[in-house]
Amino acid sequence: MSIRRVSLALAAPVCAFVFSIGLSSLVLLAFGTNPMDAWSEMLSYGTRLETFVETGNRATPLYLAGIAVAIGFRMNLFNIGVEGQYVLAALLAASVGAAVDLPPVLHIGLIIAVAMSVGSAFAGVAGYLKVHRGVHEVISTIMLNAVALAAVGFLLRTWLLDESDTTLNITTPEIAPSGWFPNLNKLVEVFTREISRGRELWGFILVAAVVGVLFHVFLNRTRPGYDLRATGLNPFAAAAGGVDPEATVVRTMLLSGAVAGLIGLPQILGDAHTYDLGFARGLGFTGIAVALVGRNHPGGVAVAALLFGWLDSAAPILDVRGDAPREIVSILQGVVVLSAVVAYEVVNRIRQSAEAREAAVASQQSLESVSRTTT
Amino acid sequence: MAPDSTTPPVVQLSGITKRFPGVVANDRVDLQVANGEIHAVVGENGAGKSTLMKILYGMIPADEGQMLVGGAEVRFSSPSEAIDSGIGMVHQHFMLADHLTVLENVILGAEPTKRGIIDRTAARRDLEDLGRSYGLDLDPEDFVESLEVGERQRVEIIKVLYRGAKVLILDEPTSVLVPQEVEKLFHNLRELKSRGHTIIFIDHKLDEVLAIADTITVLRHGRTVATVSSSDVTTAELAELMVGSELPKPSTEPRVPDPHVTLSVRSATVLGDDERPLVDAVDLDVYRGEILGVAGVEGNGQGELVEAILGLRALSEGELFLDGEQITHWPVRRRREAGLGYVPEDRHRRGLLLDAPLWENAMLGHQTQRPFARGAWLNRSGAREATAQIVADFDVRTPGVDTKARALSGGNQQKLVIGRELSAQPRMLIAAHPTRGIDVGAQAAVWDELRKARRNGMAVLLISADLEELIGLADRLVVMLRGRVTAEMDPSTATPRLLGSHMTGASADEQGTKE
Amino acid sequence: MTNLLKTSTVLRWMLAALGVVVVLSVVQELARPTTIDLISSGTAESTLRRAVPILLAGLGGIWAERAGVVNIGLEGMMVLGTWFGAWGALEFGPWWGLAIGIAGGAAGGLLHAVATVTFGVDHIVSGVAVNILAPALARFLSGEVFSGRSGGGITQSPRVESVGSLDLPFLSGGDLLGWGTPNLFGWTASQDWLLVSDVAAVLSGITRSLSWASLLALSLIPLSIFILWRTPYGLRIRASGEHPVGADSLGVSVYRMKFTAVVISGGLAGFGGAFIAIEQTGVYREGQVQGRGFIGLATVIFGNWQPAGAFLGSLLFGFADALQLRDRTAVHALLLLVGIVLIGLAVRAGVNNKRSSAAMLLITSAVVLWWYAVTEEVASELPPITPHLATLLVLIFATSRLRMPAANGLRYRRGQE
Repeated sequence: MSIRRVSLALAAPVCAFVFSIGLSSLVLLAFGTNPMDAWSEMLSYGTRLETFVETGNRATPLYLAGIAVAIGFRMNLFNIGVEGQYVLAALLAASVGAAVDLPPVLHIGLIIAVAMSVGSAFAGVAGYLKVHRGVHEVISTIMLNAVALAAVGFLLRTWLLDESDTTLNITTPEIAPSGWFPNLNKLVEVFTREISRGRELWGFILVAAVVGVLFHVFLNRTRPGYDLRATGLNPFAAAAGGVDPEATVVRTMLLSGAVAGLIGLPQILGDAHTYDLGFARGLGFTGIAVALVGRNHPGGVAVAALLFGWLDSAAPILDVRGDAPREIVSILQGVVVLSAVVAYEVVNRIRQSAEAREAAVASQQSLESVSRTTT
Repeated sequence: MAPDSTTPPVVQLSGITKRFPGVVANDRVDLQVANGEIHAVVGENGAGKSTLMKILYGMIPADEGQMLVGGAEVRFSSPSEAIDSGIGMVHQHFMLADHLTVLENVILGAEPTKRGIIDRTAARRDLEDLGRSYGLDLDPEDFVESLEVGERQRVEIIKVLYRGAKVLILDEPTSVLVPQEVEKLFHNLRELKSRGHTIIFIDHKLDEVLAIADTITVLRHGRTVATVSSSDVTTAELAELMVGSELPKPSTEPRVPDPHVTLSVRSATVLGDDERPLVDAVDLDVYRGEILGVAGVEGNGQGELVEAILGLRALSEGELFLDGEQITHWPVRRRREAGLGYVPEDRHRRGLLLDAPLWENAMLGHQTQRPFARGAWLNRSGAREATAQIVADFDVRTPGVDTKARALSGGNQQKLVIGRELSAQPRMLIAAHPTRGIDVGAQAAVWDELRKARRNGMAVLLISADLEELIGLADRLVVMLRGRVTAEMDPSTATPRLLGSHMTGASADEQGTKE
Repeated sequence: MTNLLKTSTVLRWMLAALGVVVVLSVVQELARPTTIDLISSGTAESTLRRAVPILLAGLGGIWAERAGVVNIGLEGMMVLGTWFGAWGALEFGPWWGLAIGIAGGAAGGLLHAVATVTFGVDHIVSGVAVNILAPALARFLSGEVFSGRSGGGITQSPRVESVGSLDLPFLSGGDLLGWGTPNLFGWTASQDWLLVSDVAAVLSGITRSLSWASLLALSLIPLSIFILWRTPYGLRIRASGEHPVGADSLGVSVYRMKFTAVVISGGLAGFGGAFIAIEQTGVYREGQVQGRGFIGLATVIFGNWQPAGAFLGSLLFGFADALQLRDRTAVHALLLLVGIVLIGLAVRAGVNNKRSSAAMLLITSAVVLWWYAVTEEVASELPPITPHLATLLVLIFATSRLRMPAANGLRYRRGQE
């Protein structure tokens, strides 16, 4: 039975991916490109060590974004506002990090703490509005995204601008090296060859992994995690079971926002060391996609983040070789999301009716056969 | 018009079979309904009555079998085809949109039009004509949300008549009505019959069936057991046909008086969104080892009272005491930890996490306590063992504790909920409609468990719409009407009729023993 | 009696509109001479033009949600509308552009309908997925189609023509059979009559060089009301959003109702997108929808799921949008306006005995007025987000009186209750 369960669980994403590849191939064909050339080009470029390093760097923020979204999803809260939360958090964390001078570990710790608090507080606004004013979080977080991005533009232009910079760059001051997160190149090179082209694997990937593990443990092993899941499954039953639904909404938003605050840090701590106009936007929205494809499960989100990260890393070769436009990868990702959610729904239905059948069989059996050792 | 046995049956079903995952809901069912009769289909919950009617009404397709309507073979793929063949259905759960008007609800799907526009004038005229001729008066422009239960049922009947139905299916129409309203409904049904309509009437209250039906078909476990004429059969015989033995009756044993008050509700008032009181200065005491029954037409404040006691709603005035301790401002969790158990009226809405495994359901409401948790950590193995114990003790039929709650039948879900609450040995149990929608076997088991717990000193507040259940189980009864406790009576002298008149406020004669 | 009710509704609307003009005129006098754009024919014209796409998104939202399907994918469907609209206009002319833009949006709606209605996917999840897919598709297609054309590229199309506009004869001096009619509103506006001139200026703004596409869009308000509330099809759609099981039990094909409503919803959003590309900017540009789909969704909510209410909301946002484009000093004066309106709302909340709301409104009002008093102009980042802030404020203070369709957002499976 457990083999069937696992294969059912895997069937959906695999089918969705195959379907998406097929559809994207058709699109390429329609525009007169040979899809096989494009895919094989991506595959050969994508299996080089440097591409894998790039994949890790891209997957890290995506994973954090996916987890931030998944925390909300697990209790039926749609935190569409991850986008605004992380950009605001990254700006303020970068500014605070540049303003202080601390020993290495403390320095990074402070930056992380600032980022998490800012993300948390900003997400908390949506939680507060939902609980106390009945504003649906989908609408409020969408509106707050615009507010956050406007605030970032204003702050970066005025109060947080690095006045000493003479290159006309619009940027915050640079963080001192004590606040840089070391890369993992040495570690990787123990197992492989030297990483070339100046690529670095950002160390923040370890933080992301820890976040994933903590999320899993929190959700499945702790009582507050149970309360959160119960509220997501049935808020009315959870309330009757002693869970305070309003407090859970606020707590979940705070938690989701805290993780969202981390999304910008791989780039800031690992590479840029400032917040400037070139800072990556849109990760919050991609995070929604990653969470949906990963089914809000810490492991699934990891696979989805790596997949999306890999596709993004391998796609540029298409433009270089001219086999196909790299935008085909965006289409592929979009189709994966839509077909994955449909596939999960279909599989879920198959599973439900299978379980109902088993339960019906069991209920026809006598009392004795339901032993106490069903565990 | 009397039932006519010389013309061919207006509805003839033969060999109808319908399978759902793991269950055969209808197993080669036969049903013959003569023109112009009132034909009752009886059977306990889960016997397949509703499924059969949904097939006849085209809502679900049969897997096998033949349907003849007016002598011609039919195969409905949607209700509109059944409607076209002159069949209409009044559902157990009303199919009315609250935010639409009576008129819109009635004409939906069969709108009279003039040049593509809904012809409201014609519709209103037709509606008023129907209302007049069948004694079903309603204002077409009222929004359904403002109607009472009995009025809503009349809208449902008009909906069916408006479509020109000759055959009316009524699915447990009396379950939401008090006895006085039932009489009014039966009056309407006889009126319909006298005008040549045929009525198929689903029920499991046998005295009602005998009072109204001409012919009775009995279903058991999805099969046709018998078709009898109502003049040839007694309640006891029908019961035997339905369950293969006599129907279990709720009953109780004398209580050893115990002066200790477990739950005390003092002038509790709950206000609705519009600031009007839903629960109005209610005083109640539930003694140790006592079952206090609360009767009332649904929507008279019982649900709000329960939610207030549990802590899901705030009292705007009044106080609550559990074993003498003031709990008025405690959150739900603290009340539950202090020994307040709760069997909700709607297990799907308030009781279960349908998509979670049984062991996670068994800890809901007890997740802060052993053996389900140790501090902030869940005790997964402890929880599973405890769940297996509940499954065994309360005869929950399931493949295992990892099965999702959704997969279980209604009766097994309810046994799980009851088991979860009782195995925690609460001091006070609030049980709202604990046997609603479950089969006879499960019903008897639930009654047994409640009696057992009472014997062990648990206090029970029992809310039920099943008046037999209330009278049979409770040590004392109170009636709630418009948020107030309007009568208190001794179950040994109470009858469903008497209760019914108190529940509707019709009774000014003080037969109830008001203390 | 129905007639009387109808006239009184129209009367009420006209009174409300007059009230708005009065308030604007007063604020305009207070803010003079810093700005003269708060109430002018130019602002009125621009407001309408900016309001149309939001209105269309809002109507799209109403169609879908009246049938019980939440359509957060409006944004993505508008993106499809911008691309296909521009492409159609480029290839076949502006009218075809609008039609093809509508078709593009409807295709997005079809996707959403398949996912939510056929497969029962959560509405928000599916909508988000559409919003992810649509920009990707638009970018890909731009790369394939627009790149290499003059002015075109992966992020934008070559310039496209608009469908043209008209001046209403007599009222705004439009031509009638080759005769230049008098310009009544224009003339009145140019007088310096208290209030009357302001009213005329506004009317002149919305009746002069009125785009045919705007006219078409505006006509969709009464058309939607007519279809949804007067025809059997509309009743069935609303019933599917209120009580799908009940509608199904009467033989209404709920799936078909939801399906068509969501496709229409997508078509309306596509129209909105095409309007942006063809009428507002004359070009497809990546990201030009700028969250208008979401704003449209917001107008659905605080328009209480009524087309007229959504129109009002779209005008509000159109006004904020128009002001910030025309004159940044006017946005500063807008603070004064907001402050005054908030005081009015606070008084009303106080009268209705909602003390906490009244207090919060008063405090917000005080902050806004203080802001107005101590500053000369507002940060350039503020004007673009005024619609978003307005949405938040409206939702914070108005949610209690809203009534959405009872089964909105719920998955519906035939045969399951």
